[in-house]
Amino acid sequence: MCRDCGCSLGPSATRAPLAAPAGVAGRLETIEVITAILGENDRVAAHNREHFDGHGLLALNLMSSPGAGKTALLEATIRSLGDRLKIAVVEGDLATENDADRIRACGVPAVQISTGNACHLDATMVHDAVHDLTLAGLDLLFIENVGNLVCPASFDLGQHRNVTLLSVPEGDDKPAKYPVMFRAADLSLITKTDLLPYITEFSTERARASLRQIGYGGETIELTSRGGEGFEAWLAWLDREVAAQRQRARRGETLRPQVQPEGAHAHAAGERPGR
Amino acid sequence: MHELAVCQALIEQVERVARQNDARRVVSIVITVGPLSGVEPQLLEHAYPLAAAGTIAEHASLVIETVPVRVRCRTCAAETDAASNRLVCGACSDWQVDVIGGEEMILKRVEVETMASAVH
Repeated sequence: MCRDCGCSLGPSATRAPLAAPAGVAGRLETIEVITAILGENDRVAAHNREHFDGHGLLALNLMSSPGAGKTALLEATIRSLGDRLKIAVVEGDLATENDADRIRACGVPAVQISTGNACHLDATMVHDAVHDLTLAGLDLLFIENVGNLVCPASFDLGQHRNVTLLSVPEGDDKPAKYPVMFRAADLSLITKTDLLPYITEFSTERARASLRQIGYGGETIELTSRGGEGFEAWLAWLDREVAAQRQRARRGETLRPQVQPEGAHAHAAGERPGR
Repeated sequence: MHELAVCQALIEQVERVARQNDARRVVSIVITVGPLSGVEPQLLEHAYPLAAAGTIAEHASLVIETVPVRVRCRTCAAETDAASNRLVCGACSDWQVDVIGGEEMILKRVEVETMASAVH
């Protein structure tokens, strides 16, 4: 039982293993199930999304490899928008409060999730973290996922949009190497473009082509968190999305990321649940 | 690797199915996994015994059915296989395609031994 919001969710309860009685021969039965393996995570994620929609706030999941500039982007974004948008941040890392400290230094609330050895955030971690935040009055909640181009893509957190960062020093073929991650993006950011003059191996054209080849149909913005045209385009995207989310919330509608981490998993073609 | 977390979620689903069907043990579990699900079948196999230890599915066999990435072309309507990092139409090479398979991460079937004794 979740103490704070009265919902039926909370830290997942440990279940005692069921004991099998010995000695009696049972009957074998085959049960057709057809259900998403991560169905429980998806249920908690949907619950998170209801909380976010109830407050009319936009929740964004930031994903990238470690060091692509997620926290720097957030710092610069808060400095630019903090006066007119109420922002909060959930930070995911294996260890340390470093990133949350950096965000708090910008004057906005931040909750650090230390995942220990877990390589990704899941919906329950975010649910627990969000209870440490005041959602009322918030416009924008950033969830900075664990730096990792593999695992975070598989877990719905309750966000409305996925934003994936690809930094110039990483190389322009990252989408081809990590198609599952980059396909999940609603917006792709090519970051650290101020390094382009030094890292001549990186071609933004090749990066865009690599995104196209994995079926990515979203917008791509090239930017440096130090400012400039691309950074302004990112701020404009945020303004549009925050406004769109307010309107959706007023109409009682919601939105899931374009490629849903879960939705995909449950549509086995032509197969129906049953016994 | 997140395959252990996926296996733990799988075991929770299997335990639920087992309870609903008064099972005394789980004999086998069949799952379907596509290349775009983000999980590696081989890593699932390694993680599975750790997640299943001490549960009703401890001695169950895990059968992983893999399915290919399938795309439907928006231009020529052909349905073809594709590589996960090259989602283009196999017939006309157009990249404007919809993914219609390969994202699955599904618990498909559970075989259990029920409490009810039966004469074979």
